[in-house]
Formats: sequence, C-alpha cells, structure tokens
Amino acid sequence: MFNIAATVIVLAAALVIYRAIKGPRIYDRVLAVNVIGTKTVVLLALIGYIYERPHFLDIALVYAIINFIATIAFLKYRQTGGLD
Amino acid sequence: MIIDFILLFFLVVSAIAAIRMKDLLSTVILLSAYSLIMAVVWTRLNAVDVAFTEASVGAGITTVLLIAALSRTRRWEGNGQREGFKSSKLFDSHSLLSFIAVLVTGAVLVYGTLDMPDYGDPDAPSHHHVAPRYIKGSLEESGVINMVTALLANYRGYDTLGETTVIFTAGTSVILLLRKKRAQ
Repeated sequence: MFNIAATVIVLAAALVIYRAIKGPRIYDRVLAVNVIGTKTVVLLALIGYIYERPHFLDIALVYAIINFIATIAFLKYRQTGGLD
Repeated sequence: MIIDFILLFFLVVSAIAAIRMKDLLSTVILLSAYSLIMAVVWTRLNAVDVAFTEASVGAGITTVLLIAALSRTRRWEGNGQREGFKSSKLFDSHSLLSFIAVLVTGAVLVYGTLDMPDYGDPDAPSHHHVAPRYIKGSLEESGVINMVTALLANYRGYDTLGETTVIFTAGTSVILLLRKKRAQ
C-alpha cells in the first residue's frame, strides 16, 4: 500500500523534474523545485511508514519548515538584485 | 527496490542538467532539487542525520550562499548570451578525454567497493571492532546517557573540536566576504 503510494509520488516528481529542466522561465523552475520539496516531505512520511519508524514524520515536518528558505532567497534576489 | 533506481536516475538527470545549463540561477535551483532528491536517498539508506544535513545545508544554506555569490557577479555563463543549453556538440575532444578519465576513475572506485561487506551485514568489521565496547562501556565511562553524544564529545573530543574550528572559520570567512560595506 505505502509502496504503491511512494511509487506514484516518485512518478509525479518525474513530471515536475521535467518542468524544472525544461523551464522555460526561471519561475517555472523555482515552482518545480518547490513542488519537489513538497513531494520530498510526503515521501519521507511514507518511507517512515514503510520502514515502520513513524518518527520519520517529525523529520518530514522539519523538512517542510526549512523548504521555503531557498525560495525566499531567490525571490529577494529577483526583487532587489541582492540579498542585503 | 525500483524507487531507489528511479531516485538515482533523477539525481543523474538533474546533475547533468545543472552542468549544461547556461543560466547560473537555474543551475542553483536545479542543485537545490538535486539536494532534496539526495536527502530522500539518504533516508532510504536509513541515514536520517545525513539526510537532514543534506536538506538543510544542500538545499537551504548552499542555495542562499550561491544566490548571494551570484548577486555579486553575473547571472549568465560565458559571454552573456541567453541560451537554455549550450549549443556546442555533446562531445568535443576535451570533454571526451575527461569523460574517459571519469569513467576509468569510477570503474576503479567501483572495483574498490567490491571487497566491502554487504549493506546491513551484521558480521561487518565495523560492528565488531570498537562498537560493542562503546555500547557496553560508554555510560559508565562518560556518564552521558546518549551514546552518540558520548562518542562525539567524550571519545572523539579533539576530533569534534577540530570540526567545530573548521566550521567556525568557514562561518567567519563567509560573514567577512558577504558583509555590507559601511560608508566611509
């Protein structure tokens, strides 16, 4: 059950990786990486249940917390041309 | 498992795409995706702490630092032409030579791993040399409840001190490089 769900999530990530590589705009890539981060969170939770170690769920939560740092840095760079 | 192969395939694809991209900002973003996939691979190998470091350092801090570096230089590789991919041939003579060198090095490294014990083998030497002694004696000898903390802070104290010094030096250097210039 969890294995099937994990496989489907990975296949969904394949579509997003195609968008990340193909582009064409930089915002498509940023959005794609954001979605990959979300997929990572779900995948980590599923892996926790596959390995019967549900405390992986905490790790997935912390991943969700730190996911947006790169996006914020990128958006600030696009808006102001720097990170200052 | 099939998922591992798919994930490793993603890794290779995103790494090659990051190398061949001319837009350096896209390269930084693709490397962030690479780190996230790598973090899943580490978790699949049950190395949760490494996965955590990969996600926070690789996908978080490294991306921020690279974007900060990009803001001090130019965004486009080469002479500033806007191209998605390099239009040159896939293999010229230089890249063919380096490709062969990388292949040979990789083959030697794979040959070197053939003698290693199987993944998760309980009879592996690393589980029989010092690990049982640490598991038995670390609580009495150091008085620390957490075994990993006892190893890092007591048995390998000087090693950890060295690592901390390296990280402190690197952090100081980054702060010095990226600080705001005050008006004279």
